[in-house]
Amino acid sequence: MERKQSFSRRFFLKTTSFAGALALIPPKAKALYTELKQRLIPTKEIMPLTVTINKKAYEVKADSRTTLLDLLRENLHLTGTKKGCDHGQCGACTVHIDGQRVLSCLTLAVMTTGKNVTTIEGLADGDKLHPMQQAFIECDGFQCGYCTPGQIMSAVACVNEGHTRSVAEIKEFMSGNLCRCGAYNGIVESIQKVAI
Amino acid sequence: MRPFIFTKPATADQALIKKTNQAQFIAGGTNLLDLMKKHIALPEELLDVTNALPAAITANTKGIRIDAMVRNSAIASQAEVLSQFPLLAKAVLAGASPQIRNMASTAGNLLQRTRCPYFYDTTVPCNKRIPGTGCSAMDGDNRMSAIVGYSNQCVAVHPSDMCIALAALEANVLVTGRDKKQHSIPFKDFHRLPGTTPQLDNNLPANAVITAVEIPGNRFQKNFAYVKVRDRDSYAFALISVAAALHMEAGVISEARLASGGVAHKPWRWYKAEQFLKGKKPSAENFRQAASIAVGETKPLANNKFKTVMLQGAIETALQNCLTA
Repeated sequence: MERKQSFSRRFFLKTTSFAGALALIPPKAKALYTELKQRLIPTKEIMPLTVTINKKAYEVKADSRTTLLDLLRENLHLTGTKKGCDHGQCGACTVHIDGQRVLSCLTLAVMTTGKNVTTIEGLADGDKLHPMQQAFIECDGFQCGYCTPGQIMSAVACVNEGHTRSVAEIKEFMSGNLCRCGAYNGIVESIQKVAI
Repeated sequence: MRPFIFTKPATADQALIKKTNQAQFIAGGTNLLDLMKKHIALPEELLDVTNALPAAITANTKGIRIDAMVRNSAIASQAEVLSQFPLLAKAVLAGASPQIRNMASTAGNLLQRTRCPYFYDTTVPCNKRIPGTGCSAMDGDNRMSAIVGYSNQCVAVHPSDMCIALAALEANVLVTGRDKKQHSIPFKDFHRLPGTTPQLDNNLPANAVITAVEIPGNRFQKNFAYVKVRDRDSYAFALISVAAALHMEAGVISEARLASGGVAHKPWRWYKAEQFLKGKKPSAENFRQAASIAVGETKPLANNKFKTVMLQGAIETALQNCLTA
Protein backbone atom coordinates (compact mmCIF):
# COMPACT_ATOMS: atom_id res chain seq x y z
CA MET A 1 0.00 0.00 0.00
CA GLU A 2 1.36 3.39 -0.95
CA ARG A 3 1.40 6.14 1.58
CA LYS A 4 1.03 9.68 0.40
CA GLN A 5 3.42 12.25 1.78
CA SER A 6 0.93 15.06 2.16
CA PHE A 7 -0.51 17.14 5.00
CA SER A 8 -4.20 17.68 5.39
CA ARG A 9 -5.66 21.02 6.30
CA ARG A 10 -6.91 19.46 9.53
CA PHE A 11 -3.39 18.34 10.46
CA PHE A 12 -1.99 21.79 9.65
CA LEU A 13 -4.58 23.55 11.80
CA LYS A 14 -4.12 21.11 14.68
CA THR A 15 -0.36 21.44 14.84
CA THR A 16 -0.18 25.18 14.32
CA SER A 17 -2.86 25.85 16.93
CA PHE A 18 -1.02 23.58 19.39
CA ALA A 19 2.22 25.40 18.74
CA GLY A 20 0.39 28.70 19.06
CA ALA A 21 -1.10 27.64 22.38
CA LEU A 22 2.36 26.71 23.61
CA ALA A 23 3.69 30.08 22.54
CA LEU A 24 0.92 31.79 24.48
CA ILE A 25 2.10 30.19 27.72
CA PRO A 26 5.84 30.67 27.40
CA PRO A 27 6.87 30.09 31.04
CA LYS A 28 5.03 26.78 31.22
CA ALA A 29 6.24 25.67 27.83
CA LYS A 30 9.79 26.51 28.81
CA ALA A 31 9.44 24.60 32.05
CA LEU A 32 8.04 21.63 30.17
CA TYR A 33 10.90 21.81 27.71
CA THR A 34 13.57 21.94 30.43
CA GLU A 35 11.91 19.14 32.32
CA LEU A 36 11.72 16.99 29.22
CA LYS A 37 15.30 17.81 28.35
CA GLN A 38 16.44 17.02 31.89
CA ARG A 39 14.66 13.69 31.67
CA LEU A 40 16.15 12.80 28.30
CA ILE A 41 19.54 14.47 28.62
CA PRO A 42 20.12 15.15 32.33
CA THR A 43 22.43 18.09 32.92
CA LYS A 44 25.82 17.50 34.39
CA GLU A 45 26.27 18.40 38.01
CA ILE A 46 29.58 20.22 38.41
CA MET A 47 30.84 20.35 41.98
CA PRO A 48 33.74 22.10 43.66
CA LEU A 49 35.87 19.77 45.71
CA THR A 50 38.95 19.88 47.88
CA VAL A 51 41.10 16.79 48.05
CA THR A 52 44.50 16.20 49.57
CA ILE A 53 46.60 14.01 47.35
CA ASN A 54 50.14 13.07 48.35
CA LYS A 55 50.04 15.78 51.05
CA LYS A 56 49.13 18.47 48.53
CA ALA A 57 45.70 20.10 48.63
CA TYR A 58 43.88 20.44 45.31
CA GLU A 59 40.81 22.54 44.65
CA VAL A 60 39.05 21.41 41.53
CA LYS A 61 35.66 21.52 39.87
CA ALA A 62 34.48 18.16 38.66
CA ASP A 63 31.37 16.38 37.44
CA SER A 64 29.61 14.61 40.31
CA ARG A 65 30.12 11.35 38.39
CA THR A 66 33.92 11.62 38.43
CA THR A 67 35.56 8.70 40.15
CA LEU A 68 38.70 9.28 42.19
CA LEU A 69 40.58 7.37 39.47
CA ASP A 70 39.39 9.71 36.72
CA LEU A 71 40.03 12.76 38.88
CA LEU A 72 43.62 11.63 39.41
CA ARG A 73 44.29 10.73 35.80
CA GLU A 74 42.16 13.14 33.76
CA ASN A 75 41.84 16.23 35.95
CA LEU A 76 45.12 16.20 37.87
CA HIS A 77 47.28 14.27 35.39
CA LEU A 78 48.59 11.95 38.08
CA THR A 79 48.70 9.04 35.66
CA GLY A 80 50.69 6.67 37.87
CA THR A 81 47.43 5.12 39.07
CA LYS A 82 46.20 2.84 36.31
CA LYS A 83 42.76 2.06 34.94
CA GLY A 84 42.48 -1.67 34.36
CA CYS A 85 38.88 -2.86 34.34
CA ASP A 86 37.16 0.19 35.88
CA HIS A 87 34.77 -2.23 37.64
CA GLY A 88 36.63 -3.22 40.80
CA GLN A 89 37.83 -6.57 39.52
CA CYS A 90 41.56 -6.08 38.90
CA GLY A 91 43.07 -3.80 41.58
CA ALA A 92 45.19 -1.75 39.14
CA CYS A 93 43.64 1.46 40.50
CA THR A 94 44.48 0.75 44.17
CA VAL A 95 45.34 3.89 46.20
CA HIS A 96 45.33 4.67 49.92
CA ILE A 97 42.66 6.81 51.55
CA ASP A 98 43.61 7.78 55.09
CA GLY A 99 46.15 4.95 55.03
CA GLN A 100 43.69 2.25 53.94
CA ARG A 101 43.95 0.60 50.53
CA VAL A 102 40.86 1.12 48.38
CA LEU A 103 39.82 0.96 44.73
CA SER A 104 39.82 4.43 43.21
CA CYS A 105 37.62 3.31 40.29
CA LEU A 106 34.74 2.55 42.68
CA THR A 107 35.22 5.70 44.78
CA LEU A 108 33.45 8.93 43.87
CA ALA A 109 35.93 11.80 43.90
CA VAL A 110 33.44 14.00 45.74
CA MET A 111 33.34 11.45 48.57
CA THR A 112 37.07 11.92 49.26
CA THR A 113 36.65 15.56 50.31
CA GLY A 114 38.64 16.17 53.49
CA LYS A 115 40.50 12.87 53.19
CA ASN A 116 44.16 12.10 52.56
CA VAL A 117 44.79 10.22 49.36
CA THR A 118 48.15 8.61 48.65
CA THR A 119 49.00 7.41 45.16
CA ILE A 120 52.07 5.68 43.74
CA GLU A 121 53.52 9.16 43.07
CA GLY A 122 53.48 9.87 46.79
CA LEU A 123 55.45 6.82 47.94
CA ALA A 124 59.02 7.80 47.06
CA ASP A 125 60.93 10.32 49.14
CA GLY A 126 62.31 12.57 46.42
CA ASP A 127 64.65 10.42 44.35
CA LYS A 128 64.79 7.77 47.05
CA LEU A 129 62.40 4.95 46.22
CA HIS A 130 60.06 3.48 48.81
CA PRO A 131 61.45 0.14 50.10
CA MET A 132 58.58 -1.67 48.35
CA GLN A 133 59.38 -0.02 45.02
CA GLN A 134 63.03 -1.00 45.47
CA ALA A 135 62.03 -4.57 46.37
CA PHE A 136 59.83 -4.90 43.26
CA ILE A 137 62.86 -3.94 41.11
CA GLU A 138 65.18 -6.31 42.93
CA CYS A 139 62.78 -9.28 43.01
CA ASP A 140 61.42 -8.93 39.47
CA GLY A 141 57.97 -8.10 40.79
CA PHE A 142 56.68 -7.11 37.36
CA GLN A 143 56.98 -7.62 33.64
CA CYS A 144 54.84 -5.21 31.62
CA GLY A 145 54.35 -2.97 34.64
CA TYR A 146 50.73 -1.99 34.13
CA CYS A 147 49.39 -3.57 37.33
CA THR A 148 52.52 -2.55 39.28
CA PRO A 149 51.36 0.77 40.81
CA GLY A 150 48.28 -1.02 42.17
CA GLN A 151 50.34 -4.01 43.28
CA ILE A 152 52.82 -1.77 45.13
CA MET A 153 50.09 0.28 46.85
CA SER A 154 48.38 -2.94 47.89
CA ALA A 155 51.68 -4.51 48.99
CA VAL A 156 52.56 -1.52 51.18
CA ALA A 157 49.14 -1.80 52.87
CA CYS A 158 49.51 -5.59 53.19
CA VAL A 159 52.74 -5.10 55.15
CA ASN A 160 51.23 -2.31 57.28
CA GLU A 161 48.26 -4.55 58.10
CA GLY A 162 50.64 -7.35 59.11
CA HIS A 163 49.22 -9.93 56.73
CA THR A 164 52.64 -11.33 55.86
CA ARG A 165 53.06 -14.27 58.20
CA SER A 166 53.17 -16.85 55.41
CA VAL A 167 53.22 -17.09 51.63
CA ALA A 168 49.62 -18.32 51.76
CA GLU A 169 48.58 -15.30 53.84
CA ILE A 170 50.36 -12.87 51.48
CA LYS A 171 48.65 -14.47 48.49
CA GLU A 172 45.24 -14.31 50.18
CA PHE A 173 45.66 -10.65 51.10
CA MET A 174 47.01 -9.72 47.66
CA SER A 175 44.21 -11.52 45.79
CA GLY A 176 42.54 -8.23 44.87
CA ASN A 177 45.40 -7.38 42.50
CA LEU A 178 45.61 -9.33 39.28
CA CYS A 179 48.78 -9.61 37.20
CA ARG A 180 48.22 -10.99 33.72
CA CYS A 181 51.98 -11.38 33.12
CA GLY A 182 52.03 -13.71 36.11
CA ALA A 183 54.74 -12.01 38.14
CA TYR A 184 53.12 -13.29 41.33
CA ASN A 185 56.20 -15.08 42.69
CA GLY A 186 58.29 -11.93 42.39
CA ILE A 187 55.53 -9.90 44.03
CA VAL A 188 55.31 -12.30 46.99
CA GLU A 189 59.11 -12.23 47.32
CA SER A 190 59.13 -8.42 47.31
CA ILE A 191 56.57 -8.33 50.10
CA GLN A 192 58.50 -10.88 52.16
CA LYS A 193 61.64 -8.83 51.71
CA VAL A 194 60.02 -5.63 53.00
CA ALA A 195 58.08 -7.38 55.77
CA ILE A 196 61.20 -8.68 57.52
CA MET B 1 26.88 7.01 34.01
CA ARG B 2 23.76 9.15 34.15
CA PRO B 3 24.31 12.57 35.79
CA PHE B 4 23.08 12.87 39.37
CA ILE B 5 22.84 15.38 42.17
CA PHE B 6 25.15 14.61 45.07
CA THR B 7 24.29 15.50 48.66
CA LYS B 8 25.78 14.51 51.98
CA PRO B 9 23.24 14.52 54.79
CA ALA B 10 24.77 15.02 58.22
CA THR B 11 22.31 12.88 60.18
CA ALA B 12 20.16 9.82 59.63
CA ASP B 13 17.03 11.99 59.99
CA GLN B 14 18.19 14.31 57.22
CA ALA B 15 19.03 11.33 55.04
CA LEU B 16 15.53 9.92 55.54
CA ILE B 17 13.86 13.24 54.73
CA LYS B 18 15.74 13.43 51.44
CA LYS B 19 15.19 9.79 50.48
CA THR B 20 12.81 9.29 47.58
CA ASN B 21 12.43 6.56 44.99
CA GLN B 22 14.73 8.52 42.67
CA ALA B 23 17.35 9.13 45.37
CA GLN B 24 19.64 6.36 46.51
CA PHE B 25 21.91 6.03 49.51
CA ILE B 26 25.60 5.49 48.85
CA ALA B 27 28.04 4.17 51.46
CA GLY B 28 30.98 2.11 50.17
CA GLY B 29 29.76 2.36 46.60
CA THR B 30 31.49 -0.86 45.57
CA ASN B 31 28.30 -2.31 44.08
CA LEU B 32 26.23 0.81 43.33
CA LEU B 33 28.88 2.66 41.30
CA ASP B 34 29.50 -0.44 39.23
CA LEU B 35 25.76 -0.74 38.53
CA MET B 36 25.58 2.97 37.66
CA LYS B 37 28.47 2.66 35.21
CA LYS B 38 26.57 -0.12 33.49
CA HIS B 39 23.32 1.90 33.45
CA ILE B 40 21.57 -0.71 35.60
CA ALA B 41 21.11 1.72 38.50
CA LEU B 42 19.97 5.17 37.38
CA PRO B 43 19.50 7.32 40.48
CA GLU B 44 18.76 11.00 40.00
CA GLU B 45 20.29 11.82 43.35
CA LEU B 46 22.91 10.16 45.54
CA LEU B 47 22.79 10.62 49.30
CA ASP B 48 26.19 9.99 50.83
CA VAL B 49 25.43 8.42 54.23
CA THR B 50 29.02 7.89 55.36
CA ASN B 51 28.66 10.64 57.97
CA ALA B 52 24.94 10.26 58.62
CA LEU B 53 24.97 6.67 59.84
CA PRO B 54 26.83 5.34 62.88
CA ALA B 55 29.98 3.22 62.54
CA ALA B 56 30.57 1.52 65.88
CA ILE B 57 30.63 -2.05 67.10
CA THR B 58 29.12 -2.35 70.57
CA ALA B 59 28.97 -5.50 72.63
CA ASN B 60 26.63 -5.99 75.57
CA THR B 61 25.28 -8.91 77.59
CA LYS B 62 22.66 -9.74 74.96
CA GLY B 63 25.02 -9.84 72.02
CA ILE B 64 26.67 -7.44 69.62
CA ARG B 65 25.51 -4.49 67.55
CA ILE B 66 27.30 -3.68 64.31
CA ASP B 67 26.34 -0.26 62.96
CA ALA B 68 25.43 0.33 59.33
CA MET B 69 28.63 2.16 58.37
CA VAL B 70 31.10 -0.31 59.92
CA ARG B 71 33.40 -1.36 57.09
CA ASN B 72 33.77 -5.08 56.39
CA SER B 73 37.47 -5.07 57.27
CA ALA B 74 36.67 -3.51 60.66
CA ILE B 75 34.29 -6.37 61.46
CA ALA B 76 36.88 -8.98 60.59
CA SER B 77 39.49 -7.56 62.96
CA GLN B 78 37.33 -6.45 65.89
CA ALA B 79 38.26 -8.20 69.16
CA GLU B 80 34.72 -8.91 70.36
CA VAL B 81 33.69 -10.30 66.97
CA LEU B 82 36.78 -12.52 66.88
CA SER B 83 36.18 -13.91 70.36
CA GLN B 84 32.37 -14.18 70.47
CA PHE B 85 31.31 -14.40 66.79
CA PRO B 86 34.34 -15.90 65.02
CA LEU B 87 32.13 -17.42 62.29
CA LEU B 88 31.19 -13.90 61.16
CA ALA B 89 34.83 -12.79 60.90
CA LYS B 90 35.66 -15.90 58.91
CA ALA B 91 32.81 -15.36 56.44
CA VAL B 92 33.67 -11.68 55.97
CA LEU B 93 37.29 -12.55 55.16
CA ALA B 94 36.10 -15.09 52.58
CA GLY B 95 34.39 -12.33 50.62
CA ALA B 96 35.79 -9.84 48.07
CA SER B 97 39.34 -8.43 48.32
CA PRO B 98 41.11 -6.41 51.06
CA GLN B 99 40.51 -3.19 49.08
CA ILE B 100 36.78 -3.85 48.74
CA ARG B 101 36.47 -4.94 52.39
CA ASN B 102 38.02 -1.59 53.39
CA MET B 103 35.26 0.19 51.46
CA ALA B 104 32.15 -1.98 51.82
CA SER B 105 29.72 -1.10 54.61
CA THR B 106 27.68 -3.52 56.72
CA ALA B 107 24.32 -2.21 55.48
CA GLY B 108 25.54 -2.09 51.90
CA ASN B 109 26.67 -5.70 52.11
CA LEU B 110 23.08 -6.69 52.92
CA LEU B 111 21.78 -4.74 49.94
CA GLN B 112 24.20 -5.84 47.23
CA ARG B 113 22.63 -7.11 44.03
CA THR B 114 23.09 -10.50 42.46
CA ARG B 115 26.09 -11.22 40.23
CA CYS B 116 24.01 -13.22 37.75
CA PRO B 117 25.75 -12.45 34.40
CA TYR B 118 22.40 -11.86 32.68
CA PHE B 119 21.47 -9.23 35.28
CA TYR B 120 24.66 -7.36 34.34
CA ASP B 121 24.23 -7.74 30.57
CA THR B 122 21.83 -4.98 29.53
CA THR B 123 21.43 -6.42 26.02
CA VAL B 124 19.50 -9.49 27.20
CA PRO B 125 16.17 -9.95 29.04
CA CYS B 126 16.24 -10.16 32.84
CA ASN B 127 13.20 -10.09 35.11
CA LYS B 128 15.26 -8.69 37.96
CA ARG B 129 16.55 -5.78 35.89
CA ILE B 130 13.37 -5.11 33.88
CA PRO B 131 10.36 -7.02 35.25
CA GLY B 132 8.38 -8.92 32.66
CA THR B 133 11.16 -9.30 30.09
CA GLY B 134 11.95 -12.92 30.93
CA CYS B 135 14.78 -14.86 32.56
CA SER B 136 17.78 -15.48 30.32
CA ALA B 137 19.51 -17.70 32.85
CA MET B 138 16.63 -20.17 33.13
CA ASP B 139 17.49 -21.87 29.84
CA GLY B 140 20.86 -20.19 29.37
CA ASP B 141 24.21 -20.69 31.01
CA ASN B 142 22.96 -21.32 34.52
CA ARG B 143 26.10 -22.90 35.94
CA MET B 144 26.28 -20.27 38.71
CA SER B 145 22.51 -20.13 39.29
CA ALA B 146 20.28 -21.33 42.11
CA ILE B 147 19.50 -24.92 43.01
CA VAL B 148 16.78 -24.23 45.56
CA GLY B 149 14.03 -21.69 46.20
CA TYR B 150 14.02 -20.26 42.67
CA SER B 151 10.93 -19.49 40.58
CA ASN B 152 10.18 -19.70 36.87
CA GLN B 153 10.93 -15.97 36.74
CA CYS B 154 14.38 -15.81 38.32
CA VAL B 155 17.19 -18.22 39.18
CA ALA B 156 19.72 -15.65 40.48
CA VAL B 157 21.69 -16.26 43.68
CA HIS B 158 22.53 -13.99 46.58
CA PRO B 159 26.23 -13.02 46.45
CA SER B 160 27.24 -12.12 50.03
CA ASP B 161 29.41 -14.21 52.36
CA MET B 162 28.84 -12.04 55.43
CA CYS B 163 25.08 -12.55 55.10
CA ILE B 164 25.47 -16.34 55.18
CA ALA B 165 27.10 -16.10 58.60
CA LEU B 166 24.48 -13.58 59.75
CA ALA B 167 21.73 -15.99 58.64
CA ALA B 168 23.35 -18.87 60.54
CA LEU B 169 23.79 -16.68 63.64
CA GLU B 170 20.15 -15.49 63.43
CA ALA B 171 20.94 -11.79 63.39
CA ASN B 172 18.36 -9.02 63.32
CA VAL B 173 18.41 -6.10 60.90
CA LEU B 174 17.56 -2.75 62.53
CA VAL B 175 15.69 -0.46 60.20
CA THR B 176 14.39 3.10 60.56
CA GLY B 177 11.51 4.17 58.35
CA ARG B 178 10.49 7.62 57.18
CA ASP B 179 8.13 7.73 60.17
CA LYS B 180 11.31 7.54 62.31
CA LYS B 181 10.03 4.31 63.83
CA GLN B 182 12.58 1.57 64.42
CA HIS B 183 11.86 -1.95 63.26
CA SER B 184 13.82 -5.11 63.82
CA ILE B 185 13.64 -7.61 60.96
CA PRO B 186 14.80 -11.19 61.67
CA PHE B 187 17.54 -12.08 59.21
CA LYS B 188 15.60 -14.97 57.70
CA ASP B 189 12.82 -12.53 56.73
CA PHE B 190 15.10 -9.78 55.42
CA HIS B 191 15.97 -11.21 52.02
CA ARG B 192 13.27 -12.50 49.68
CA LEU B 193 12.80 -15.42 47.34
CA PRO B 194 12.19 -14.35 43.73
CA GLY B 195 8.61 -15.67 43.33
CA THR B 196 6.75 -13.38 40.94
CA THR B 197 8.65 -10.25 42.03
CA PRO B 198 12.33 -11.00 41.27
CA GLN B 199 13.09 -7.27 41.05
CA LEU B 200 12.83 -7.14 44.85
CA ASP B 201 15.84 -8.54 46.72
CA ASN B 202 14.66 -7.83 50.24
CA ASN B 203 11.87 -6.65 52.51
CA LEU B 204 13.42 -3.32 53.47
CA PRO B 205 10.44 -0.91 53.53
CA ALA B 206 10.43 1.76 50.80
CA ASN B 207 12.72 4.70 51.63
CA ALA B 208 13.78 3.21 54.96
CA VAL B 209 17.39 2.99 56.10
CA ILE B 210 19.33 0.18 57.77
CA THR B 211 20.95 1.52 60.92
CA ALA B 212 22.58 -1.61 62.35
CA VAL B 213 22.72 -5.39 62.55
CA GLU B 214 22.36 -7.12 65.90
CA ILE B 215 23.55 -10.63 66.64
CA PRO B 216 22.28 -12.32 69.80
CA GLY B 217 24.85 -14.03 72.03
CA ASN B 218 25.46 -17.69 71.20
CA ARG B 219 27.52 -20.73 72.12
CA PHE B 220 29.31 -21.18 68.80
CA GLN B 221 32.74 -19.90 69.82
CA LYS B 222 34.42 -23.30 69.60
CA ASN B 223 32.80 -25.32 66.84
CA PHE B 224 32.27 -23.32 63.69
CA ALA B 225 33.41 -23.31 60.07
CA TYR B 226 32.95 -21.39 56.85
CA VAL B 227 33.65 -23.35 53.68
CA LYS B 228 33.57 -21.56 50.34
CA VAL B 229 33.98 -23.37 47.04
CA ARG B 230 34.68 -21.15 44.03
CA ASP B 231 36.37 -21.01 40.65
CA ARG B 232 39.60 -19.61 42.09
CA ASP B 233 41.09 -19.73 45.56
CA SER B 234 40.33 -16.15 46.51
CA TYR B 235 38.45 -13.09 45.26
CA ALA B 236 35.60 -14.90 43.50
CA PHE B 237 31.92 -15.35 44.26
CA ALA B 238 30.84 -18.66 45.75
CA LEU B 239 29.66 -21.60 43.73
CA ILE B 240 28.72 -23.09 47.08
CA SER B 241 29.42 -21.73 50.55
CA VAL B 242 28.51 -23.26 53.90
CA ALA B 243 28.43 -21.61 57.30
CA ALA B 244 28.27 -24.25 60.02
CA ALA B 245 28.13 -23.90 63.79
CA LEU B 246 27.68 -26.58 66.43
CA HIS B 247 27.30 -26.62 70.17
CA MET B 248 28.14 -29.87 71.92
CA GLU B 249 26.98 -31.11 75.29
CA ALA B 250 28.11 -34.43 76.79
CA GLY B 251 29.38 -35.65 73.43
CA VAL B 252 26.22 -34.95 71.46
CA ILE B 253 25.19 -32.01 69.32
CA SER B 254 22.73 -29.85 71.28
CA GLU B 255 22.45 -27.06 68.70
CA ALA B 256 23.35 -26.91 65.03
CA ARG B 257 23.22 -24.15 62.41
CA LEU B 258 23.76 -24.65 58.70
CA ALA B 259 23.43 -21.94 56.06
CA SER B 260 24.54 -21.70 52.44
CA GLY B 261 25.40 -19.12 49.83
CA GLY B 262 25.49 -19.66 46.08
CA VAL B 263 22.40 -21.87 46.24
CA ALA B 264 19.41 -19.51 46.42
CA HIS B 265 18.09 -15.97 45.95
CA LYS B 266 18.66 -15.42 49.68
CA PRO B 267 21.01 -16.83 52.34
CA TRP B 268 19.61 -20.33 52.68
CA ARG B 269 19.16 -22.17 55.99
CA TRP B 270 19.12 -25.98 55.99
CA TYR B 271 16.58 -26.34 58.80
CA LYS B 272 15.85 -30.03 58.25
CA ALA B 273 19.52 -30.96 58.38
CA GLU B 274 19.95 -28.84 61.52
CA GLN B 275 17.02 -30.63 63.12
CA PHE B 276 18.49 -34.01 62.16
CA LEU B 277 21.82 -33.20 63.83
CA LYS B 278 20.24 -32.22 67.12
CA GLY B 279 20.89 -34.89 69.74
CA LYS B 280 23.20 -36.86 67.42
CA LYS B 281 26.84 -37.72 67.91
CA PRO B 282 29.25 -35.64 65.78
CA SER B 283 30.24 -38.54 63.51
CA ALA B 284 31.19 -38.65 59.84
CA GLU B 285 28.13 -40.80 59.13
CA ASN B 286 25.75 -38.33 60.80
CA PHE B 287 27.39 -35.46 58.92
CA ARG B 288 26.96 -37.39 55.65
CA GLN B 289 23.28 -37.96 56.38
CA ALA B 290 22.73 -34.32 57.34
CA ALA B 291 24.32 -33.21 54.06
CA SER B 292 22.12 -35.67 52.13
CA ILE B 293 19.01 -34.21 53.79
CA ALA B 294 20.07 -30.74 52.61
CA VAL B 295 20.87 -31.96 49.11
CA GLY B 296 17.43 -33.65 49.04
CA GLU B 297 15.83 -30.19 49.16
CA THR B 298 17.58 -29.03 46.00
CA LYS B 299 16.43 -29.12 42.40
CA PRO B 300 19.35 -28.21 40.13
CA LEU B 301 19.02 -26.64 36.68
CA ALA B 302 20.45 -27.97 33.40
CA ASN B 303 24.00 -26.69 33.91
CA ASN B 304 24.46 -26.78 37.67
CA LYS B 305 23.87 -30.38 38.67
CA PHE B 306 27.48 -30.40 39.89
CA LYS B 307 26.40 -28.03 42.66
CA THR B 308 24.48 -30.79 44.48
CA VAL B 309 27.60 -32.98 44.69
CA MET B 310 29.59 -29.93 45.72
CA LEU B 311 27.02 -29.05 48.38
CA GLN B 312 27.13 -32.57 49.83
CA GLY B 313 30.92 -32.33 50.15
CA ALA B 314 30.92 -28.73 51.39
CA ILE B 315 28.45 -29.45 54.20
CA GLU B 316 30.34 -32.58 55.28
CA THR B 317 33.64 -30.68 55.20
CA ALA B 318 32.19 -27.72 57.10
CA LEU B 319 30.73 -29.94 59.83
CA GLN B 320 34.00 -31.86 60.07
CA ASN B 321 35.94 -28.59 60.26
CA CYS B 322 33.68 -27.51 63.14
CA LEU B 323 35.34 -30.20 65.25
CA THR B 324 38.86 -29.00 64.54
CA ALA B 325 38.24 -25.22 64.49
